[in-house]
Amino acid sequence: MLIAIWEIISRTGSVPSYILPAPSIIIYSLFSNFSLMGRHILVTVYETLVGFIISVFLGIIIAIIMDGLPFVKKVIYPLLITSQTIPIITLAPLFIIWFGYGYLPKIIIVILICFFPISINLLQGLGSVDIELINLLKSMGASKYQIYKIVKLPASLPSLFSGLKIAATYSIMGATIGEWVGGKDGIGVFMLRAKYSFATDKVFGAIIIITVLSICLLKLIEFIERKSMPWVAYEKNDTLGEQI
Amino acid sequence: MPNKIEVLNIKKSFGSLGTIENVSVSLEKNKFVSILGPSGCGKSTLFDIISGLEKPDRGDIIIDGINCIGKTGKVSYMHQKDLLLPWKTILDNACISLQVKGLRIRQARDKAGTYFNLFGLSGFESYYPNQLSGGMKQRAALLRTYLFSDDIMLLDEPFGGLDAITRRSMQLWLLGLLKNFKSSILFITHSVDEAIFLSDRIYLFSKRPAIVKATFDINIQRPRDYKTFTSAHFNEIKEKIINLLQVE
Repeated sequence: MLIAIWEIISRTGSVPSYILPAPSIIIYSLFSNFSLMGRHILVTVYETLVGFIISVFLGIIIAIIMDGLPFVKKVIYPLLITSQTIPIITLAPLFIIWFGYGYLPKIIIVILICFFPISINLLQGLGSVDIELINLLKSMGASKYQIYKIVKLPASLPSLFSGLKIAATYSIMGATIGEWVGGKDGIGVFMLRAKYSFATDKVFGAIIIITVLSICLLKLIEFIERKSMPWVAYEKNDTLGEQI
Repeated sequence: MPNKIEVLNIKKSFGSLGTIENVSVSLEKNKFVSILGPSGCGKSTLFDIISGLEKPDRGDIIIDGINCIGKTGKVSYMHQKDLLLPWKTILDNACISLQVKGLRIRQARDKAGTYFNLFGLSGFESYYPNQLSGGMKQRAALLRTYLFSDDIMLLDEPFGGLDAITRRSMQLWLLGLLKNFKSSILFITHSVDEAIFLSDRIYLFSKRPAIVKATFDINIQRPRDYKTFTSAHFNEIKEKIINLLQVE
């Protein structure tokens, strides 16, 4: 419906196409430029995935360390919060100066954006595990490692995945911001070039690509979430009834 | 016969709240001993102390002749809640205690699997806890407890959350099961019927801060069955206990 109205407005010429191109034109330009965009998309996806995977490991490790060693948490936690109050867009030029125009500064930006929600969510999950479950294992004389492996980590999987989903939606954006500030290729660079040449249809095309990529990443994580937590599917089911 | 557990003059308070004033309990080998008392009288705290999770302010816990204050892993402890891990199948839940003791998961599954029939759980090995009924969950939790240590078991109101009918059949089932085992059991309940039906001895606790108010040796002959509940001897003891509870 919205798209139909948009199409009609653009077609009647009441808004010039360099401001709001019709959806059909956007789709057309998307397909005709796809071979050109392909390279840029691959670069952005590469930066995002590398950054995201590093963030996952970094986020998990930092969360576990903070949970296991309270004095480390006292030191790191305020630093983490402070680091998140610095707008990433102001840091991006710094990274370009320090690390050049290659993939590294983009990957670092993705990491900075992604690891925080992963780490904080997991930390919260680890902290809210049922104390009685932990006591049960303690009463058996279980080691710290066993308590993490058997109870704490599986119990905080739902929190970890909600962190991962937040991170996933930001990750492509992070890479794009990095490319915007300075780079040779990537969707951000493509957008910038399209903007300079007033190729609004291409800018919209890039937005669509970014959205689609973000959704794909989100869906992938939801898929892994379902596969790694098969018990959740049973939680709302009825029990088998009293079978004594 | 040497006592499996000897609880000597335990005192415990949390801040200004006196939970246990002075309690001594002993559990003989292969006996079933119940601790009966009003809610919140420190029964569970006593179990936390015996299992080593909490340290008493005063007193000793002697397990098999050794002082075990603050030492975990000596006895198996079943909490009031089933505490089954929702992300593990029933079989893997039962295996936890074996894994903590250092068995590999494959060996643990083999060993745990052989008990499923005895615990009325065969066929449900690959089910998740949320798919099972309350009675089955409690039996799975009991199996996990048993697999950790079949020697001394602390059972904290294992049937507390079940409905009356399920509860009765679980009591009968437990008695049948124990005929095959050589376990010594310390059992918490606040059901007078349950305590008399299952036990060789009952310690009656007072309100908080708890002391042992009375001790009853139950000499109703075994095997006991559902008729035990209505026998004259049973009701005689029940009347005595209820009278004592009334005094408070």
